[in-house]
Amino acid sequence: MSALYAEPGPGAPRLAIRRLLDPGPPGSAEIDAFLAQHAFPLIEGMSVTFVWRGEADAVRLRHFIYGLPASQAFARVEGTDLWHLTLELPDRSRVEYKLEIERAGHGEWIEDPRNPFRAHDPFGANSVVHARGYEVPAWTRPDPETRPGTIEDHVIKSRALGRNARVGVYLPARFRPGRRYPLLVVHDGGDYLAYSGLKTVLDNLIHRVEVADLIVALTYPENRLVEYADHEPHARFLTQEVLPWLSERWPLTDAPAARCLMGASFGAVASLSTAWRYPETYGRLLLQSGSFAFSDIGPNPRGPAFAPIVRFMNEFRDRPARVAERVFVSCGQYESLIYENRSLVPLLQSTGMEVRFVEARDGHNWENWRDRLRAGLSWLFPGPIGMIYE
Amino acid sequence: MSGIPRALAFLGPQRFEPTLARAVAALGIEGDLATVTAGWQEREREVEELHEHLGGRAVNLELHRRGEAVFAADAEFAGAYRRRQELFRQMQDIYALRLDAAMSPCLALAERPGHERLLEEERAAALEGVRALDEAHAGRMAEVHAEFDARWRPAERDALRHERAEIARLIGDSTALAIAGGHVAVLANRLKLFDLLALTGDRPVLAWSGGAMACAERVVLFHDHPPHGTGHAQLLDAGLGLAGGLVFLPHARRRLDLGDTIKTSLLARRFTALAAVVLEDGASLTWRLGEGWSADAGCLKLGEDGALTPLTVQGVAA
Repeated sequence: MSALYAEPGPGAPRLAIRRLLDPGPPGSAEIDAFLAQHAFPLIEGMSVTFVWRGEADAVRLRHFIYGLPASQAFARVEGTDLWHLTLELPDRSRVEYKLEIERAGHGEWIEDPRNPFRAHDPFGANSVVHARGYEVPAWTRPDPETRPGTIEDHVIKSRALGRNARVGVYLPARFRPGRRYPLLVVHDGGDYLAYSGLKTVLDNLIHRVEVADLIVALTYPENRLVEYADHEPHARFLTQEVLPWLSERWPLTDAPAARCLMGASFGAVASLSTAWRYPETYGRLLLQSGSFAFSDIGPNPRGPAFAPIVRFMNEFRDRPARVAERVFVSCGQYESLIYENRSLVPLLQSTGMEVRFVEARDGHNWENWRDRLRAGLSWLFPGPIGMIYE
Repeated sequence: MSGIPRALAFLGPQRFEPTLARAVAALGIEGDLATVTAGWQEREREVEELHEHLGGRAVNLELHRRGEAVFAADAEFAGAYRRRQELFRQMQDIYALRLDAAMSPCLALAERPGHERLLEEERAAALEGVRALDEAHAGRMAEVHAEFDARWRPAERDALRHERAEIARLIGDSTALAIAGGHVAVLANRLKLFDLLALTGDRPVLAWSGGAMACAERVVLFHDHPPHGTGHAQLLDAGLGLAGGLVFLPHARRRLDLGDTIKTSLLARRFTALAAVVLEDGASLTWRLGEGWSADAGCLKLGEDGALTPLTVQGVAA
C-alpha cells in the first residue's frame, strides 16, 4: 500500500483542492463553483479527494481497507462548511466506504451524497471509489445481445440439515435436455445473484463462449456462520442430497472434473471442507476471499464463529490433501484475509492440485468477488471461445 | 457430379441482420436449399427460424448427426478419426505455444524506437518467423489429412457411403447449398468428412459467418481478448478453398481491437497471400460465373496498415 496523505511533489501539478484553497479561504460562490466543476470523489492521478459540505463537528472517512486506520478525518476549510480529505490510492483500486458525520457527540454513517457509485450487500450499501485504472468490467453489465438463461426455484427437504432447503437452478440459454452439462454449486446463491450480478455474469460469459454452458445450483444457507464453518451436515446435504436430486432431474456430466463448488468468505471454507470430506467428488473449486483462519500457536483471535474453521484449517494444514484437480483462489489485497489466502496457495499446490491465485486491489465484498468470476469460471470451465462464429 | 459452383455468396453474421433470403433472391435461386447446420452441433436440427427465413425451402442435411451415425456404425474408422482429432488438438496446442513466442517480438518491435532501417529489417524477420510457423503448421495439417485419407479411404467405407448417398439425394433435389456458422472446426470437419463440395456440383453455395470461414482458403481463428492466453490469431486448417485468396473475419468488431493498428496490421500481413475480409452483420460478398465478384458496404478489407477499407473486388479470385 502506498503512503497516505501524500501531496504532490515539487513540479507535480497542483491538485484541484489546493488550487481552491491555496489563495486563501474560498467564498461560498467559489465553493459552489468548485463542487459543480468536478465529480467526486475527485480522481487526479493516484490522488483521490473526498469532500462533504455541511455543518458538523467532525467528518470522517470510514473505509474497509485492512491495514489502514479505519477512520480518516476530513479537514474543515476554515470559515466554511466545506470538508475535505485527500488520499493516495494505488491504481486499479476499488474501495468501499461511508462518511461519518459527527454532531453533538453522535456519529452518523452515511453514503457519500456526491458519489453516484454504490455497492450493495446484505447489510445495505456503501459508496465506492474507483481509483485510476479501475473500470467496472463490461461483462458484468446486462448486454442486449446476450441470450439469457433461466432460474428455477426449488425446495429440497433436507434430512442432513433438518429443514427445507431452497435451491435455485440456473439453466443456460438454449439449454437442451439431450446433452450433458457440468455443474457449478454456489454457496450464498441469493447473495451472489443480488450483489454480484451472478445471473448477468453467467449469461454474458456463456453467451461470449468464454465459459462452457453450465448448470448452476444456487444454495441458500439458514445460518451461514454455522452451516459453512466445516459443518458435516452441510457437506452431506450438498453431496448426498443435492447432487443426486440434481442428477435425477437435469443432464449432468458424471465426472469430478464437471463438478465445482464455489463460495466466498465462509462459503469458500464450506467449499473446501465439503471437497475435503468427499474426495474424488468435486474436481473444481472456486474459492473467493476464503475465511481460512488458522492458528500456529494459541487461539485464533477472530472469535467463536471461526473456532470450527480454525480446527479444520489447522488439520488441513497439518495434512493437506488433494481434494480437487483445479482450484481457483482469489482475494482482495485490502482484506484481513489476504495473509490466510496467500499462505493457502502453496499448501494446495503441494498436493499436486493445479492452482491459480488472483489478487485484486479490493476488499472483502461482493463486487470484488463479481469482478473475479470471469477469470475463475473461464479457467475452471473454459468455453470454446476461439471456435464459435454464429 | 462435378464442376464448381456457378455462384457464391459469403455473408456476415445473420442473427441481428438476416440477409440470406435476399442473397438467395439476388442469385436467382429457386427451389429448395440444402442446408448445413453442423456447426450448431447438438442444435443442428433446430432450423425452424432458418426454414421460415427461407420461406420453407430449407432441407437439413444433418451432417452432424450423420457423422455421429457413421462413427457409431464403424468403430474402427471412428477410433482412427478420434486419434486423428487428438493429434490435431496436440498440434494446435504446440503451434499456439510456439506462436506466442514468435508473435512476442513482432509486437515488441512494432513499437520500439531506434535505428529505423535496423528495426525494419528485424520486424520483417520476426514476421517472417511467424509466417514460417503458420506455413509449417498448415503443411503438417495437410500431411496428416493426406495420410489419414490414404490409410482409411473414408469415401469407400460402407457407413459413410450410405450417409453420403442420402446426402447426395437431398442435394440432388435442391438447387443450392447454404452453410451456417457455429463451431467452425466441427463444421469444417463434417464438410470434409462427407466431401460435400464434390456432391454440390455447380449449384450455388451460400455461407455465413463461420460457414464462410470454412469455405475460405484457410480457416483463421481470432479473438483479441480471451480470458486466458494471448489471443493471437491462429491458423486452424485449410478451408474448402471456395474463396481463393481470402480469409474471412466475421464478428470482427466484437472480437478484435480494430482500433489497434499494430495488431490489425500484423494480422493482415501475416497471411500475405490472403486478403483478410471483415464480414459485418448483413455483409454480402458474391461471385457469379461470368460476372465475377461484387461486395457490398459491409465487406471490409483489413489493410497492411491495419486500417479497414471497403473491399474492392479486384484481385479476388474464385
